[in-house]
Amino acid sequence: MNSFITTDELLLIAPEISMVILATLVIILDLVIKNKSILNFVASFGLLVPIALSFNLLDGTSQFAFAGALRVDYFGVFFKIITLFATLITILISEKYSKKFDDYQGEYYALILISASGMMLLASSVEFITIYIALELSALPLAALITFIRIRSSAESGIKFMVLSALSSAILLYGMVLVYGFTGTTYIEDLSQIINRSLINSELTFGGGALLLGVILITCGFAFKISSAPFHMWAPDVYEGAPTPITAFLSVASKAAGFAVILRIVYSSFSNEQIGMDWSVLIATLSAISMTLGNLIAIQQTNIKRLFAYSTIAQAGYIMVGLAALSSLDGGQDNAGPAGILFYLFGYLLTNFAAFTVITLVSINTNSDSISSYSGLLKRSRLLTLIMTISMISLIGLPPSVGFMAKIYIFGSAMDTGLQWLAIFGVLNSVVSAFYYLKIVKIMLIDENENSEKIQLTTNMSLAGLSCVFGIVILGIFPGSIIEVAHRAVESII
Amino acid sequence: MTIIHFQFLSAILFSLGLYGVLARRSAVLILMSIELMLNAVNINLIGFVAFRGFGQEIQTFGQVLIIFVITIAAAELALAIAIILRIYRNKNSVNVDEMNILKG
Repeated sequence: MNSFITTDELLLIAPEISMVILATLVIILDLVIKNKSILNFVASFGLLVPIALSFNLLDGTSQFAFAGALRVDYFGVFFKIITLFATLITILISEKYSKKFDDYQGEYYALILISASGMMLLASSVEFITIYIALELSALPLAALITFIRIRSSAESGIKFMVLSALSSAILLYGMVLVYGFTGTTYIEDLSQIINRSLINSELTFGGGALLLGVILITCGFAFKISSAPFHMWAPDVYEGAPTPITAFLSVASKAAGFAVILRIVYSSFSNEQIGMDWSVLIATLSAISMTLGNLIAIQQTNIKRLFAYSTIAQAGYIMVGLAALSSLDGGQDNAGPAGILFYLFGYLLTNFAAFTVITLVSINTNSDSISSYSGLLKRSRLLTLIMTISMISLIGLPPSVGFMAKIYIFGSAMDTGLQWLAIFGVLNSVVSAFYYLKIVKIMLIDENENSEKIQLTTNMSLAGLSCVFGIVILGIFPGSIIEVAHRAVESII
Repeated sequence: MTIIHFQFLSAILFSLGLYGVLARRSAVLILMSIELMLNAVNINLIGFVAFRGFGQEIQTFGQVLIIFVITIAAAELALAIAIILRIYRNKNSVNVDEMNILKG
């Protein structure tokens, strides 16, 4: 093992390094410049550098860096690009919202960038110590961001997030230490070999209870991150109190990073047919609980951010269907399940940000997050109504939207691997979810509102919203290219 | 002293910490309980590093992880205390039962 850092290794983490440099630049500019609106411009345009560097790494090779702690492969870079797009749109839609923070706008953008760099590291780390550090690097700035507004509910959701994230990382650590103690390795790849060997030599799964407990605790730690049941309780409170663009960031980027690590762990630890069977049933059950719970509670919500929190729990349930449809099971060819997860996450990125562009603008204009403040939106802004309607169609999973394609793909993979009941469950849940998504559309189009003042869109906002809508429709009609990329990404981690 | 002692001590401390997080009412005490859980992890690690009979290189991984856990726990605590202070200024109390504007 080489203990020196070479230039090649630095090139492999160039996107992350450029993110941190950009964050520092934003803070320094904040000190010198009086006109704060330039910060948004710098942060969003500066992001093109890490995006370009990431695309540069998409050459199909898998390279290790820092004594094997990071593995920069197609899979990792795919998630890096998802995170970067999420960050870019978060910054674009923060333009007006960040005026609320007066003197602290520099810190706001810098914290978003640093948190995103942690998520990017998480996507390519394959070693427990690195995973832990990257996880904390992404979670700590988020806790600060959630507390950013000077109202009581914001601080309250901040402490809730902080305590639960610390608790989940303590559980995760305990699992990691057990795995380290019993196998003597902190590398995910070695872990899979040890588990496969122990299957041959011992009657016990995983060759003993302690290793099994360790893997379970690690999975629990990440289930918190993706807000799947039964670790979802933090989501509604935190989503409601956090600044609206940060809610969007949490629901997409943080979830994508969590799924990246879970996929790596699932592929290494449960890729064996015998174990895969048992775990598939467990994950399928959690996924069914997650979507049912999320959808049923979302129906009664009156606050749009809370509604989206429960909707995000339900979406986590749909995505976990792909996790349950492991390719090691019978009929699971072509990695349809895991590739479906990647495609779904990409579609979810576009869909959720389209919706949150509208939610941010409406909350600035009406100073309220209640669903009733959307009444008569058609008269106030046609563009916003269009963006929100298309996003709702995609969230329900109706054609021609990316949500439809993603659901077909992910439920199809469940059908192939003998999880027909889960696919039927998912479709039934989509029908239930149509109720509350379409309720928003109905309120926007039909309900009257005495306030008919037009809502002004800024260039950044309309750019973010329209590019998301464009992506939703285009990928809904021609999903082939992204699905192909997703397949290549999944193949690169096996 | 064998590895079993460390395992037991660590498991007991971890469970006590978890109980504290669930049962305590003061936000500061909840933080202390989380600290207890993290230190239980460290004790477990020390046990493994010292008595498991790993080679030099594998031992290093454990030692490095201990240092990182201590460092990150400090950072985590600093941020959490800052948030608690903010809540305290707002309403002169750090009782988690009173943090009920957001109904969960």
